[in-house]
Amino acid sequence: MFGDFDINFVIFGVMPYVALTIFLVGSIVRYERDPFTWKSSSSQLLRRKQLIWGSILFHVGILTVFFGHLVGLFTPIWVLDAIGIPYALKQWMAVLIGGPAGIAALIGSTMLIHRRLVDPRIRVTSTFPDILIMVLIWLQLAIGLLTITQTLQHMDGSEMVRFMTWSQSVVSWNINAWVTVVDVHWLYKLHIFLGLIITALFPFTRLVHIWSGFAAPFRYLLTRPGYQIVRSRRHRPLEERRRAYDKVQAKRGPTATTPAE
Amino acid sequence: MRVRAQIGKVLNLDKCIGCHTCSVTCKNVWTTREGVEYAWFNNVETKPGTGYPTDWENQKRWNGGWVRSASGKLHPKQGSKWRILANIFANPAMPEIDDYYEPFDFDYDHLKSAPDMTAFPTARPRSKITGERMEKIEKGPNWEEILGGEFSKRSQDYNFDQVQKDIYGEYENTFMMYLPRLCEHCLNPTCSASCPSGAIYKREEDGIVLIDQEKCRGWRMCVSGCPYKKVYYNWDTGKSEKCTFCYPRIESGQPTVCSETCVGRIRYLGVILYDADKIEAAASAERETDLYGAQLDVFLDPNDPEVIAAARRDGVPEDWIEAAKVSPVWKMAMDWKVAFPLHPEYRTLPMVWYIPPLSPIQNAAQAGQIAMSDQMPDVRSLRIPVKYLANMLTAGDEEPIVHALERMSAMRLYMRALSVDGVRDEAIAARVGMSGRVIEDMYKIMAIADYEDRFAIPTAHREQNEHGADIRGGCGFTDGNGCSTGEAGKTTLFGGKKKKFALPQETF
Repeated sequence: MFGDFDINFVIFGVMPYVALTIFLVGSIVRYERDPFTWKSSSSQLLRRKQLIWGSILFHVGILTVFFGHLVGLFTPIWVLDAIGIPYALKQWMAVLIGGPAGIAALIGSTMLIHRRLVDPRIRVTSTFPDILIMVLIWLQLAIGLLTITQTLQHMDGSEMVRFMTWSQSVVSWNINAWVTVVDVHWLYKLHIFLGLIITALFPFTRLVHIWSGFAAPFRYLLTRPGYQIVRSRRHRPLEERRRAYDKVQAKRGPTATTPAE
Repeated sequence: MRVRAQIGKVLNLDKCIGCHTCSVTCKNVWTTREGVEYAWFNNVETKPGTGYPTDWENQKRWNGGWVRSASGKLHPKQGSKWRILANIFANPAMPEIDDYYEPFDFDYDHLKSAPDMTAFPTARPRSKITGERMEKIEKGPNWEEILGGEFSKRSQDYNFDQVQKDIYGEYENTFMMYLPRLCEHCLNPTCSASCPSGAIYKREEDGIVLIDQEKCRGWRMCVSGCPYKKVYYNWDTGKSEKCTFCYPRIESGQPTVCSETCVGRIRYLGVILYDADKIEAAASAERETDLYGAQLDVFLDPNDPEVIAAARRDGVPEDWIEAAKVSPVWKMAMDWKVAFPLHPEYRTLPMVWYIPPLSPIQNAAQAGQIAMSDQMPDVRSLRIPVKYLANMLTAGDEEPIVHALERMSAMRLYMRALSVDGVRDEAIAARVGMSGRVIEDMYKIMAIADYEDRFAIPTAHREQNEHGADIRGGCGFTDGNGCSTGEAGKTTLFGGKKKKFALPQETF
């Protein structure tokens, strides 16, 4: 029965769905059920040193890498062909933009890990998931950068197209998606595997603040016209209360005398 | 006109004895938890001094409050919305915990558990963050108590601006006063304006500014946005916390803990009606010295029939309108003009106001020669420089401060004539533009300060705010997370610490 069993099928065929399900359902459950735990867990108050540079390098780098992967992997191949971007050019762009960004993120996360492990204040206030996720991300960045060594050996873009096909097949429910990445270099495989692990751990770590980070600009800039927020606990908005009041006032005649008079 | 009501507050610095009862009772109620040991929702500073956190008044350094651009528009001094979002990864204007102080405790247990030793056992300090030994305590919540530390450090005090401060370092000329501080519950708060998550809000019904703990994401912009540095980041929960104005007490008609326990009876609470439509214009007044006057214009006279009609129309409850008429805050801020906002130049329109202190005349040896106009000392020759008080309370405009100090000193003179000589000297009252009857009222409220004269707090109208059927069977007051305990086995599923919600139990 397990004669045809292939570990590649489990990792690249099944695990993406498991990881994404945990990621989505877990996030929703945590947001709904435990909003008080939903936070960035900043440690800037306790130690400013190494945070300013470390955090900015890390975040700017990793956001660039993140959007690079998002756009790079999920842009349909026919769109590339339609615009007329050669695959080789796209791969060069990925190397030239993603490379420096990845290095910045790696330097930043090294600073942050060092700070987290060495500074007594940060060390003692860190939880296990804080350190775990940080180490995993550092590893992921390092492996990601190492794959460039493989990438540079075939700059025609063919490997890249395989990864694009794989990701797009996964999100379009193609059960045979895993076949496309069976015989790529093990560094790529490790990178994908670790990425899926991080995705699955996402709702149980401080990474949930990424959701809020992406939401914040929309909330702050678009859904909030001014600066101030006033909350009312009254049932009706001011205009409605005013209208109701005016209506009552209009009804009440000037001769509101009691029968006794 | 859009009428809203706020419970305002006045602190009479003329009577503050610096006993810190307010700070201690507040701390015992609100901030004894891990993560906020360093936070004091209420603290008392000795002035002149750099305060807590160090140098908080210096907005060139901390970038709190608002600035008015050339076009007359306001934006937070730390940056407009785009700048704030850009600084979300690392906030350059945020203080470090060492700018407050590293929280510590002492090894008290060592005093009784120490073995037989040649030296007497001592209780040495230990950090409340790391648990490690602290060899030297560099700072505390009240480090400059009663002029502690050298004058060269304390004189960094921002309020010395344009004061020839060198002479105040001399023993003969030194002066001091106390400044109790809490959240100002501003009409135009920068903390809420800076929050990218929209977690901080002002309540329409009573003006209290609160942080929604379930919406706070720990972006920390409120900490740097508040010019009074009265929003604190809880390093344990990762959320910001601030003075709640003891809203559960206020809602039930009781004064805040700090006000209730003030042994000097310096704290006053009362309703102020204000026009919400005027806030923006008032906060954007062109000159900083105009801001005090502009804020007075935002307040609405509760005895004006037009205001009363508008207040009723906007849903201000009847008892709140009645409370506004007897509000001690209104009397001191508006009728007598003896109370002032703290640092109006931050443009937040604060709602906790201060009565400046009188002080002895500067040089006792010259007491006979000092300018006395009709037995009244020239308030400009008092020990605390008027300019210093003005920098603190009116953005440097001395006139209103002089005016208030004269009224307070006239009150003393008038009451002395009345109680010693048995004479109602209307001339004294007339000199400061008041009548004897008003001065006697002022004396009753400011000097005698009976409980019922200090606090005029109408209760919240739960019938307007709550649907009984909706909250029936709810989880009541919980420590965040609504009804969820988030537990899964030994640790919590989402990384929070397992804390039991325990009610205090009495044992006999």
